[in-house]
Amino acid sequence: MATARTSYLRTGLIHLALISYTLIALFPVFLTLVNSFKTRNAIFREPMAIPTPSTFSLVGYETVLKQGDFIGYFQNSLIVTVVSIALVLLFGAMAAFALSEYRFRGNLLMGLYLALGIMIPIRLGTVAILQGVVAAGLVNTLTALVLVYTAQGLPLAIFILSEFMRTVSDDLKNAGRIDGLSEYAIFFRLVLPLVRPAMATVAVFTMIPIWNDLWFPLILAPGEATKTVTLGAQMFIGQFVTNWNAVLSALSLAILPVLVLYVIFSRQLIRGITSGAVK
Amino acid sequence: MTRLLKGMLLATTMFAPAGAVLAQDASLTIESWRNDDLSIWQEKLIPAFEAKNPGIKVTFAPMAPTEYNSAVNAKLEAGTAGDLITCRPFDLSLAMFQKGQLAPLNDLDGIKNFSDTAKSAWTTDDGKTTFCVPMASVIHGFIYNKKAFEELKVEVPKTEDEFFALLDKIKADGTYIPMAMGTKDQWEAATMGYYNIGPNDWKGEEGRKALIAGTQKLTDADWVEPYKTLAKWKPYLGDGFEAQTYPDSQNLFTLGRAAIYPAGSWEIAPFKAQADFEMGAFPPPVKKAGDTCYISDHNDIGIGLNAKGKNPEAAKKFLAWVASPEFATLYANSLPGFFSLNSTAVKMEDPLAQEFVSWRQNCKPTIRPSAAIVGRGQPNLDLEMWRVSANVINGTQTPEQAAEETQKGLDSWYKPAK
Amino acid sequence: MSEADNPSDLAPIKRPFRWHILVFLAPAFLVYTAIMILPLIETLRLSLYNLVDGQTVFVGLTNFITLFSDPRLSASFWNALGNNLIFFVIHMLVQNPVGIALAAMLSVSKLRFATFYRTAIFVPTLLSFVIVGFIWKLILSPIWGIAPGMMDWVGLKWAFAPWLGKSESALITVSLISVWQYVGIPMMLIYAALLNIPDEVLEAAECDGITGWSQFWKIKLPLILPSIGIISILTFVGNFNAFDLIYTVQGALAGPDGSTDILGTLLYRTFFGFQNQMGDRSMGATIATVMFLIILAGVSLYLFVIQRRMRRYQF
Repeated sequence: MATARTSYLRTGLIHLALISYTLIALFPVFLTLVNSFKTRNAIFREPMAIPTPSTFSLVGYETVLKQGDFIGYFQNSLIVTVVSIALVLLFGAMAAFALSEYRFRGNLLMGLYLALGIMIPIRLGTVAILQGVVAAGLVNTLTALVLVYTAQGLPLAIFILSEFMRTVSDDLKNAGRIDGLSEYAIFFRLVLPLVRPAMATVAVFTMIPIWNDLWFPLILAPGEATKTVTLGAQMFIGQFVTNWNAVLSALSLAILPVLVLYVIFSRQLIRGITSGAVK
Repeated sequence: MTRLLKGMLLATTMFAPAGAVLAQDASLTIESWRNDDLSIWQEKLIPAFEAKNPGIKVTFAPMAPTEYNSAVNAKLEAGTAGDLITCRPFDLSLAMFQKGQLAPLNDLDGIKNFSDTAKSAWTTDDGKTTFCVPMASVIHGFIYNKKAFEELKVEVPKTEDEFFALLDKIKADGTYIPMAMGTKDQWEAATMGYYNIGPNDWKGEEGRKALIAGTQKLTDADWVEPYKTLAKWKPYLGDGFEAQTYPDSQNLFTLGRAAIYPAGSWEIAPFKAQADFEMGAFPPPVKKAGDTCYISDHNDIGIGLNAKGKNPEAAKKFLAWVASPEFATLYANSLPGFFSLNSTAVKMEDPLAQEFVSWRQNCKPTIRPSAAIVGRGQPNLDLEMWRVSANVINGTQTPEQAAEETQKGLDSWYKPAK
Repeated sequence: MSEADNPSDLAPIKRPFRWHILVFLAPAFLVYTAIMILPLIETLRLSLYNLVDGQTVFVGLTNFITLFSDPRLSASFWNALGNNLIFFVIHMLVQNPVGIALAAMLSVSKLRFATFYRTAIFVPTLLSFVIVGFIWKLILSPIWGIAPGMMDWVGLKWAFAPWLGKSESALITVSLISVWQYVGIPMMLIYAALLNIPDEVLEAAECDGITGWSQFWKIKLPLILPSIGIISILTFVGNFNAFDLIYTVQGALAGPDGSTDILGTLLYRTFFGFQNQMGDRSMGATIATVMFLIILAGVSLYLFVIQRRMRRYQF
């Protein structure tokens, strides 16, 4: 009896804490969404208020849809983000496996070398990157963005994944080797499924800076055909006048795809655990 | 190293370039920071040019102003910048010209439509070479809410005493915040504060040139005085002005909650679109009645030719058109508050814009003191003035300390020619 | 150390070249080297050069000497470094404990709505800086008044101040906004680590009568220590590279009066220039190199000292 009651109490407290924090996390987001549906005056007069018939306005969304090909921008953002994540995960996991699984000369050095990239903002290399992209004839292509983002995402991915791969049981891998599995099979069939939660985490980390990046689209692919959502939304931020309706609408729309991607990846967290039955 | 880079890039290329937009025979791209003007270019200016010049296609490609300088520099260095580059005034564009990124425009048709003063922001120090076509200047002053002034039965101030008496009266009444300005973004404190009211104290060009020559210092009384006046603004600003941003100030004024707005003329068009009351403007008040008035009339925007552009001939045609009276009229009327620098007089429709421009008749114009020559070193004088002006209004620094700091910064690199 | 030896390592016969290691490493190595390392070396190299009469000249360590001896530059640098340390300490003290606590609560078995909470709490991390900057400025604005209004409800109006505009409070405020935005990251990592703990371990603990709080402290915490190590080092690296949030909330000048200036904003202003200040590639590269060395020192400390001492458990 007593334990049941404390357990209820405990669960109740946990819910209370989580609900409070959820409110803190969502309140500003809620404000953004609410205000994206209001007139400019209403945004500033009463930012807290829910849109009423007199303050409700879709002017922001209308401006966004009129100005440029926003659907196209979304497509570009999605292509760049998804392809980059896929490459980062594949290449990153492979490298992380090599680093955490095998002893070879220069292992630690290679690990440090591959981690260097998280220590300097890649932005600083802009001019050389742009020159390289020009030389390769990739200006105004999504390929250029994918390459840069893959390179940018790799160090962190390798860093996190190799830590997680160290926790995969050696017995399991050795059993696989005794069964005659090749090293590639061990990696793809045994190890990858086990580190799925970590892969999902890395995917999320990789996705955020890519989706929200303004700088490289501006420099490498500012053309109308390759514009990303974030770059498109910047059109509304002017020197002296910022069209907050449009900015809020564009960016509210831009939250949706990342949210969906996030939900997909975070499901992998759970599935990674249930499929852990292999262990 | 570049070759290695190139090789590796090619090696890692996985799919063919998709959707590359290739240039047609004569398509021009204008690099600009004026996101604000996108629709004006698309709907008015470019069609007017293209109608006269079939075969040339112009794209206006603006970006967020804060990214402009760094982005355009990177693109110029790598050779991917557009044919036409919008020019910031003075040293930034001069640096581009000196690096060979902007082409000289002395022979351009129509460049003679501009006076030396107009060209000064985009001409080498020796006055020989001009590298951008001047487009517009902006004038500082104060915009006020006419309705508020009528309700409170107050008049436009001529002298500084009248100005503060007016502010006291608005404050005592309490309906309106006397002045809409914040210090959070810092630049307003200098641009709409120090550069706005200062010319009356340092006597415009006279003081500015003396500063460059080294015969005056920022610690001289004439240069400290405007800080002292700014320090007196504090009680008349809205609650929590320390965290008030530039858009906040704009909204405070256009939503009718503030009576006076220390302004630049560029506000005219957006204010007209947003305010539902009549507005008027007055120049910075002078110390005593009868003093000569000075106004800040600052060359702000020009347009130049990318020296490595793909279509120099078409681009020159476009620049010649920008230098023409036709463009001047179109531009000044589409963007009231951006005043044409063309020698041909431009007729403007907007009454508020006319008000600003009418001050040129009685007052002596000058440019911002930190813009030319003394603004090209480290620490940057303009940014220093932003910082200390905000400090002075916030009350975290005295006017004397502010002046001393800026002068010390200037002394650390600037040696006036003897 | 738990890196058990592979059978291949112990193989008595002479080992053939292990091609698979190369295959595993090559793609990452090539892309990373070509697109990240070479351009960055190209840039950092500039710290040893300077423009003299329009010519780029090799000047050795002169730029570094200037950075630390010039009274203004060194003052800005130390100011930025100090602010950056405060920024980091606030993250370590607030963001990471809160993240761990949230993850611990979320991982309680059979908790209802866990997915919802997890998603909701992560949403701020997904937002673009433009939104975060705008919405927090609006909330904290003394004029439009969401924060002052709400504090009024609970009778705390007197405690409100224009926090972002005062030098004393601006840095702390911005740090807390950043914590708000990023708390999802430690939460996710710790959550993933907690889920990785096999049920058998926990069941065994329960058989020994270790449950609830003491189970967290005695069993789970030691098992997730490597992940806490990772989030600490990631926070360190992230904070010393941070730039965007300060830039959107306080502008490139990181006001008021440089009180929120951190290394990232200082680097940006110096390298790319700002407004009428021209970018100085050489000095920018110098600052970047110094930042890099600071971060490298921290990461090396982690890789060579902490990570090696940490006990790792295999499941």
